[in-house]
Amino acid sequence: MGKTLFDKIWDAHVVHTLEGGTDVLYIDKHFIHEVTSPQAFDGLRNRGIPVFRIDHTVATADHNVPTLNQHLPINDPLSRHQVETLTRNCEEFGVPLYGLGHPYQGIVHVIGPELGITKPGMTIVCGDSHTSTHGAFGAIAFGIGTSQVEQVLSTQCIMQTKPKRMRISVEGTLKPGVLSKDIILYIISRLTASGGTGYFVEYAGSAIRSLTMEARMTICNMSIEMGARGGMIAPDETTFAYVKGREFAPQGEAYEKALAYWKTLFTDADAPFDKEYVFDAAAIEPMITYGTNPGMGIGITGHIPTLQEVDNQVTYQKSLQYMGLEPGQELLGKKIDHIFIGSCTNSRIEDLRLVAEFLKGKSKAGHVQAMIIPGSKQVELQARREGLDKVFEEAGFFLREPGCSACLGMNEDKIPAGEYCVSTSNRNFEGRQGPGARTMLASPLTAAACAIAGKIVDVREHLN
Amino acid sequence: MEKFTTLQSTAVPIPIEEIDTDQIIPARFLKATSREGFGENLFRDWRYLKGDEPNPDFILNNPTYQGEILVGGKNFGCGSSREHAAWAIYDAGFRVVVSSFFADIFKGNALNNGLLPVTVSPEFLDGMFKAIEQNPQATFTVSLEDQTIRNDTSGDQFIFDINPYKKMCLLNGYDDIDFLLSLKDKIETFEDQQVIY
Ligand code: SF4
Repeated sequence: MGKTLFDKIWDAHVVHTLEGGTDVLYIDKHFIHEVTSPQAFDGLRNRGIPVFRIDHTVATADHNVPTLNQHLPINDPLSRHQVETLTRNCEEFGVPLYGLGHPYQGIVHVIGPELGITKPGMTIVCGDSHTSTHGAFGAIAFGIGTSQVEQVLSTQCIMQTKPKRMRISVEGTLKPGVLSKDIILYIISRLTASGGTGYFVEYAGSAIRSLTMEARMTICNMSIEMGARGGMIAPDETTFAYVKGREFAPQGEAYEKALAYWKTLFTDADAPFDKEYVFDAAAIEPMITYGTNPGMGIGITGHIPTLQEVDNQVTYQKSLQYMGLEPGQELLGKKIDHIFIGSCTNSRIEDLRLVAEFLKGKSKAGHVQAMIIPGSKQVELQARREGLDKVFEEAGFFLREPGCSACLGMNEDKIPAGEYCVSTSNRNFEGRQGPGARTMLASPLTAAACAIAGKIVDVREHLN
Repeated sequence: MEKFTTLQSTAVPIPIEEIDTDQIIPARFLKATSREGFGENLFRDWRYLKGDEPNPDFILNNPTYQGEILVGGKNFGCGSSREHAAWAIYDAGFRVVVSSFFADIFKGNALNNGLLPVTVSPEFLDGMFKAIEQNPQATFTVSLEDQTIRNDTSGDQFIFDINPYKKMCLLNGYDDIDFLLSLKDKIETFEDQQVIY
């Protein structure tokens, strides 16, 4: 019987298998950041051991950094301490760091791919659940906790039981105004926030194949939001073309050798999956969430479920109460207060280009506050080079500096309590964007259209 | 890591589904660089009203409910991979978390910190919530060796699953790093044979 893409890569990285099925898995690339690494470095120090493989480790500062005046010292003393601790740890242990002020700095899941560090066939981990983003290259990539960060720093391995395999195929052609963000919000709304738990997902089908690398990353990024350990897409010509020529991609003969290997990375025709789903791309509308987990999403023209339509009414009512919404309500026309365009889901150059293209000649509703946060320093520079920042300014927006920002509200970028934010990030949990903040997840196009209208609108009616 | 063998305790119920790690410990409290002290901010935004005043309606502020067992609804610990969530629960004095379904990363993080996640059937979970509702002093007995949790009120018992390696670690207080470090030679041999592109 054939093997899945997932099995091919996983099996090639098993160093040892324990009785009972736990594998010791070798990790090719380990990304670290300031929030989930300090306790792991302490662990190394307590044991008196070095970082085992410095050349497999890359660090950046992203979660906790300001997105204005990055050249100045960080105001908040706790944030500053955490970022400085990362710098000190990287110096002490010799780990390469793309910290504040470095031209490669940015959100960890944006810089890995753009620098050519992320490549097909790799195992990649990071102390951050959206590590699944890198799966878009045909890599096994997933988030880990700090104890595991310490394991990888000290041995380049982690202990894992092999997840089950799920394939989600999306076939056909997307309607205009529908983006890859809508595909993944649609899938999660169908499978629920726990529907993928215990599984590793492979996304397949003609609609997925037709996407650019950046759009594929948006899909894999949100795999964790249905509970899946990770998500991946088999590498193809689109992938190879994207990787080629990037800073840390193999060059010349090495590239040719790598390419020959990458071309073996696909799921064999008769490979077995534990679960399969097939969706029709044409049936997907622009999506928006109404509740407090990413599975609580609807097509933009739909209505919020009524009480009769849900299983757990207590949890559901608590969620709607937090959001200030009523069962059965429609969202079109609802007034909004903020939009946030950013996060490792939608802060890449294509996202910014798409938004700028849409915004040309329009201006934002007066009462709406908008944050546009590029995913990395390189994205920011590219946007400025292309004059996108000017387009944003003419429409009443403002391009800030890179970081996680209001995706998780660790720095000062927060949404005030009770206010509504249409956000391109990946989580609408209570308080995620600040205490009391009401987040509605959507695509960058939908967020931009809502900012112009000042309320929730169907972007399809506003396309240029 | 501290050993875990058996525990008999009262329990604190939070009968809400999809409790994510942002609720367990909000991001703005992740700025510390050590593992200690997160318990203070466990369920921060549910536990306190505006201006740091304890919310009298939240169960952790109700002295009637005490114990080392935390009981939550389905899909407990979903969301962010922050291990701080497991640290916060442990730091607040809990040794066991019970739910009918745990998110993967949370479960792994808990096990790596001596906090035992016990997955029970929806019916058993319901029975626990009911027992506590009727009598907040109701106790439950967890035995890791036997992989059982008993509702001492009804006498019902549930046999739970746990990865055999993780069970061994918890019973003995071992952590993964000790084991991985003992495999160094094997890891280096693997590296010699592996080609990374
Ligand atoms: S942008 Fe948001 S989801 Fe992505 S790594 Fe940063 S905090 Fe996590």
